[in-house]
Amino acid sequence: MSRGMHDLLRRLRHSRDAGLALLTALLLLALAARFSAFRDVASLAGLFDDTAILILLALGQMLVIVTRGIDLSVAANVALSGMAVALLNHAHPALPAPLLVLLATLLGLLLGLCNGLLVWRLGMPPIVVTLGTMAIFRGAVYLLSGGAWVTSDKMTPAFQSLMRHTALGLTLLSWLALLAVAMLALWLHYARTGRRLYMAGGNPSAAAYLGIEAGRMQCLAFTVSGALAGLCGYLWVTRYAVAYTDVAQGFELQVIAACVIGGVSVAGGVGTVAGVLLGCLFLGLIRNALPLAGISPFWQMAVSGAVITVAVVLNARRGAQRRRHILEADAA
Amino acid sequence: MNANAWGQRLRRLLRWESLLLLVLVAVTAGNALLSPYFLDATTLSDASFNFTEKALIALPMALLIIAREIDVSVAAIVALASVAMGFGAAAGWPTPLLALTGVATGGLAGAVNGLLVTTLRVPSIVATIGTMSLFRGIAYGILGDRVLKDYPAGFGVFGQGYAFALVSNELLLFVLAALAVGVLLHATTAGRRIYAIGANPTAALMSGVAVDRYRRWLFIATGLASGCASVLLTSRLASTRPTIAQGWELEVISMVILGGVSVAGGVGTILGVVLAAAILGFVTFGLGLQNIPGIVLSIFVGALLIVVVALPIVGARWRARRAQRPTSAGA
Repeated sequence: MSRGMHDLLRRLRHSRDAGLALLTALLLLALAARFSAFRDVASLAGLFDDTAILILLALGQMLVIVTRGIDLSVAANVALSGMAVALLNHAHPALPAPLLVLLATLLGLLLGLCNGLLVWRLGMPPIVVTLGTMAIFRGAVYLLSGGAWVTSDKMTPAFQSLMRHTALGLTLLSWLALLAVAMLALWLHYARTGRRLYMAGGNPSAAAYLGIEAGRMQCLAFTVSGALAGLCGYLWVTRYAVAYTDVAQGFELQVIAACVIGGVSVAGGVGTVAGVLLGCLFLGLIRNALPLAGISPFWQMAVSGAVITVAVVLNARRGAQRRRHILEADAA
Repeated sequence: MNANAWGQRLRRLLRWESLLLLVLVAVTAGNALLSPYFLDATTLSDASFNFTEKALIALPMALLIIAREIDVSVAAIVALASVAMGFGAAAGWPTPLLALTGVATGGLAGAVNGLLVTTLRVPSIVATIGTMSLFRGIAYGILGDRVLKDYPAGFGVFGQGYAFALVSNELLLFVLAALAVGVLLHATTAGRRIYAIGANPTAALMSGVAVDRYRRWLFIATGLASGCASVLLTSRLASTRPTIAQGWELEVISMVILGGVSVAGGVGTILGVVLAAAILGFVTFGLGLQNIPGIVLSIFVGALLIVVVALPIVGARWRARRAQRPTSAGA
């Protein structure tokens, strides 16, 4: 028991996650000391609710980056899946909301599978594939909607309010994010397939000798990322009560930034669920604090850009690569 | 054996460029069939404005990607440089100084990227995602919802002027830049070293290539080109908004990849990039003539990107299968 405790402490000291947790906690404390909104449990729950979609998307993105991929199409996937279910809800108000949640997830999964199959079966570079599908998905939203907006009066109340039900002070949306965090953490830590994702990303050729096909693992990661993005499509449309072509435009970069701040290495094979969760909370705190700090909305992007750049410099040095290219590190 | 390998590589590259040329011919023919106005010198001259600015950034971007790096902050640099010029114009600066300001701002931003990637050793995609929001954010922060348009009358020469006949200044500048970058990449030691860095950075370093110095200069060059593009675009629009050139980074990168540059590094030609730029420009312009909105166009561009990269892979696999068949029948 005490040896386990000792072990835990030692691991904490060496972990990047612990440093980020400390930083996030300090940031929260500083904000709480300054603004009453950060002392209030209800508004902190609201802040978590505001960050939940980022968390869900970043978890999917993490899987993709761990297997040495990158998914630039997530935000377009969100827009397309969200628009599809919003239009379906408008056309057939009788369909139950949980069914639509399922449909959005399924559609997102299929879109992610497209990415995955192109990467796995054709061996195309992930950045090229998702750059292409990003444009295709985004264009498809326009074709689907004809450029029109689906506003809240066109969606049924049941469809819109499903995720706003609360339990124990948290919204269903927040619980969903927590559930995803827990499930993914367990899966990546204990399940054979979860471990194989890391192996495939850490060293694809070594993984091949163990009978693990790196491409298949990438395909799996893209599919999960797509399914989460599809789910987030529904969540986004109902949370902001509107669906239009430019929904979540550029959000993919925030998702990737959250992963990188959370210590996921773009060289593959490195990244934890806890780190990603912290990265998202860190970004969420910044995003919510800037308006309170009286920073003009026009400067908020610059400040969060600066924060992302600094965090990335601190956390995303070529750590994994340094081990691989010893010579290069020596020369630097 | 080595000569044979080089011959093979040359043939493969030539095939890629000839494929692009076929696509370009098809696009031009399709446009000409769909619209009687397309095959007209004035129209074609107008169409060139659709890609010259982006293509100008695509040239150094191709070098960066060949050297296994990437810069997604280029569009944000365009915005930042445009804002710098806008304030210069408001202060009454003369045209040459304005252009210099734009280009210098771009170079400075590129130097920041280079510093992050080489000195601080941040992977380039991550570093430039950060600086992308930083640069664009500064442009938003300084400008807010205002529009700067106090440009002097002479400033329009860069984006609206013509060098001779129907050849615009933009087109001339792009052609000269493409020739210069083409010679640099394909006919100088520096060019061979860029390929070497992309093919294997560690091996390049061990053979005495100053890898980080090349990387730094490539980022600065990309910044300078973005600054130039900003001068052209701002001059053509005669106004600056913080949303200027939004989303260009993806179009520029698409152009480079469509041109046959491999994101794995070490492969690609400037001719391919120029052809890809012309294809994308003509497709955009042609669909515009058919009143097809830009967002639908992006479907086409995305599909083109995937198909053009997938085709050679599928083709190679198909040939390999065919080559295998007689062997297996004989066995």
